[in-house]
Amino acid sequence: MNFPILSAMTFTPLLGMVLILLLRKEQKNAARFLAGVFSFIPLILSFMLLSKYDGSTSQLQFVERFDWIPSLGVTYFMGADGLSVPMLFLTALLCFVAVIYSFGDIKERVKQYFAFLLLLEVGLMGVFAALDFFLFYIFWEIVLVPMYFLIGIWGHGRKEYSAIKFFLYTLFGSLFMLVGILALYFTVEPHTLDMMVLIEKAPQLTRGFQLIIFLAFYIAFAVKVPVFPFHTWLPDAHVDAPTAVSVILAGILLKMGVYGFLRISYPMFPEGAIYFALPIGILALINIVYGALVCMAQKDLKKMIAYSSVSHMGYCMLGIAAITVTGISGCVFQMVSHGLITGALFLLVGVLYERAHTRDIGAFGGLWIKLPVYSGIMTLFCLGSLGLPGLSGFVSEFMVFIGSYPSFKVIVPLAVTGVVITAAYFLRMIQRMFLGTFNTKWEVLTEINGREIFTVTPLAILMIGIGVYPAPLVNMIKATMENIVRLVSG
Amino acid sequence: MNYQLLFPQIFLFLWAILIFVLDFFWKKGKQNLGYLALIGIIMTIFLVLDSPEGKLFGGMFLADSLSSFFNLIFLLTGFLTIASSIDFTKRLSAHQGEYFALLLLSMVGMMFLASAGELVTLYVALELTTISLYVLAAYLKNQSKSSEAGLKYLILGGVSSGILLYGISLIFGLTGTTFLKDIKMALITTFLTYREIGPALVLSIVFFIAGFGFKLALVPFHMWVPDVYEGAPTPITAFLSVASKAAGLVAFIRVFFESFLVFQVDWVLLVAVLAALAMIVGNIIALLQTNIKRMLAYSSIAQIGYILLGIVAATSRGLASVSFYIFVYLFANMGAFITAIAFSNTTGSDQIKDYAGLSRRSPALAAMMAVFMLSLVGIPPLAGFTGKYYLFSAAIEQGWIWLVVIAVLTSVISLYYYVGVVRQMYFRTSPAENRIAMPAPLTLALIISVIGVLIFGVYPNIFINFANQAALVFHF
Repeated sequence: MNFPILSAMTFTPLLGMVLILLLRKEQKNAARFLAGVFSFIPLILSFMLLSKYDGSTSQLQFVERFDWIPSLGVTYFMGADGLSVPMLFLTALLCFVAVIYSFGDIKERVKQYFAFLLLLEVGLMGVFAALDFFLFYIFWEIVLVPMYFLIGIWGHGRKEYSAIKFFLYTLFGSLFMLVGILALYFTVEPHTLDMMVLIEKAPQLTRGFQLIIFLAFYIAFAVKVPVFPFHTWLPDAHVDAPTAVSVILAGILLKMGVYGFLRISYPMFPEGAIYFALPIGILALINIVYGALVCMAQKDLKKMIAYSSVSHMGYCMLGIAAITVTGISGCVFQMVSHGLITGALFLLVGVLYERAHTRDIGAFGGLWIKLPVYSGIMTLFCLGSLGLPGLSGFVSEFMVFIGSYPSFKVIVPLAVTGVVITAAYFLRMIQRMFLGTFNTKWEVLTEINGREIFTVTPLAILMIGIGVYPAPLVNMIKATMENIVRLVSG
Repeated sequence: MNYQLLFPQIFLFLWAILIFVLDFFWKKGKQNLGYLALIGIIMTIFLVLDSPEGKLFGGMFLADSLSSFFNLIFLLTGFLTIASSIDFTKRLSAHQGEYFALLLLSMVGMMFLASAGELVTLYVALELTTISLYVLAAYLKNQSKSSEAGLKYLILGGVSSGILLYGISLIFGLTGTTFLKDIKMALITTFLTYREIGPALVLSIVFFIAGFGFKLALVPFHMWVPDVYEGAPTPITAFLSVASKAAGLVAFIRVFFESFLVFQVDWVLLVAVLAALAMIVGNIIALLQTNIKRMLAYSSIAQIGYILLGIVAATSRGLASVSFYIFVYLFANMGAFITAIAFSNTTGSDQIKDYAGLSRRSPALAAMMAVFMLSLVGIPPLAGFTGKYYLFSAAIEQGWIWLVVIAVLTSVISLYYYVGVVRQMYFRTSPAENRIAMPAPLTLALIISVIGVLIFGVYPNIFINFANQAALVFHF
């Protein structure tokens, strides 16, 4: 048997968590060190995954499978394809970045913090690697628990409220998924929880059944994405979470929903996907435009970036709804690109907040004079987020629009206005914070330090890299995307 | 006749008598009687595991895989209860020995109940169980709340026994027998002759459901629960919330799946409605509680609602899921109560808000409590999730979608109050800094509970097979 690389990536952080829990409360640096090591190992493994992955086929690779609870029909089944490999890499990268960033950020209850952060990584990795429904569901739910604690203990503002709101919303959604899973299990003969077999057996399902189950899964995934009107947990959770957790929330958690659509809903219930294409497209449009308009009104920098996520995830949904190879590839591209860019933006907001203790956009001004490096990096990522050609955001939005135009001749032109509004609010923010006259109140601010630059550097490199030369990523996901579209449209 | 089948019950009974007797002579260090009771329980567990299957007295007493499974549940619950009581009983001035002996007697009653193949045996076993518990509920006789608990429990328990007895007498009138197997045959014959089941049988089934409903604390027969649970000594509350419910459930299963299974169209819907009521009412009222014992009381009402999903399914998968869920519920719920016992032994408080800052004062205790709470919500990979998954799957297999949707929605509600405890422990701070005292037997009980919750969540296979085995007793 080959080296079980997916299990290794998933459970290394768990080992790290156990070791951290064995430390004494005072050994803060030991906890930091262990967290660093045990989030670095999955990153190395993810490079191995990238190098070994064969993008020319949509076949599952790195498969691991054995019986787990035979009496319930549950197997331990992991595998990766062109959809999950980029997400696994993104998870490993952002978790590592989040851990490194937290070295300086978190000073209270350090041991607990890193234990929860590593547990979170376990859940995230597992979601993207699991191919048995039971296993998938377990990882899906494991994510909620550490997230609840991370927001509730180390957050700011109304942290308790945000934490429980996040927990309730997502549990509400995922329990509908559980009902859907069970209904699916008993409908398909022979009973199975194997996602790949279920996808094969999809034609067995009647149209009416597919539509109902599609909706059950839709609730679970739409809460996570989040799709309007399920998005209200997002600004609360993002704004009140500690910086590193916001990075993971925006960078990876939101992608779990989109991943669910592409992995489960679309291939498994193609009738539902086709039937609901227009409503999903319209909701995507609402996400894009409404999210962007709300950003215009924000005074709080972090809240603005949180709402920009709502808007950006709308592009993902638009790409999916169209069910074309270009559209779906654009969606996956957007998942990666948004993970990198918004992850970095949240980091940078954290950097400023730690120094200035305010996130009020209007309170700053002329920061470029005092903090040239910080302002430069921040501006770079803002430009990436608003879709400047040459950076990854442009490629993904372009692909989404090209891919979905044939299906939605009215929605897409309207959605393009979202890009304009996005440019407007980001440029206005840059102008008000970094340009203009320097507010002397901020004379005390110190420049971004080495560790912080270290955390955003890989994100910047990748953003520029895949923006300028998107071919490697496109080639990696292409075969899988073609397979998904073939499964949906027959 | 193979009297070896009775060995576990006889042994435990004699052990209880032994403790009664030793109590006279043992003047100092009476908590050693508690350790003695623990040893007795462990030995009985081995006897149960070793006991053969068969029946005695013409089918009045059945020893089968169902009774063994539930016997294990009673014994484990009893073990955890006594282990967590030892420190608590030190504070009793007198009657420490009787406390342990009565608990053992109550367990003997439950074990007979699980094996009852006949209605009079069932009734007598039920009375042995509950009469011991009436006494235990009122054990803190200097506290008015405890006396009130005992009295309320006695009166309402008596009423419910009366109702049950009325149901039994109706069935005897209809069929001329009290043996569960013969009742089934007689009812089928009558049905085949007259093509209808008749009002007397309906009435009898309703009385049975009401009678068991009191024992199981189903809505609307639940009024006694919060006051009794709050007033009784906390270890007894824990025992009531798990073992006593498991006993009521096994009696229910014996009667309904043996005698009334063929008429399931007539009673399953009624049970489904009761399950829905229990989930809705239990969970919503639990939201408002500020006392941890009352909160757990209402949550246990809701939990019984979930368990009934498996009964409603009325299949072998359903029955297996019920048995398995009770088994995993045992660890989580006992764990929660044991934490509450430890907490109130040190602080003297049962208020949820006093749990503030517990993660600072006693990190391990708080972490374990968090695990128990999340398991009760049904968050994977903890045992509560596996149990709920199995229950939901049994109900969905039979098409009870609306009931499962209610279960799912009320689970979301339950998250709020279970996690409310976690919120206090982790997000709030308190001025108190002293650690919670953790005597050895209590720590042992807590560790057993947390291991149970973790193991049966991650690797439930063995006990699911065991539960499946237990479900083979009936012919579905």
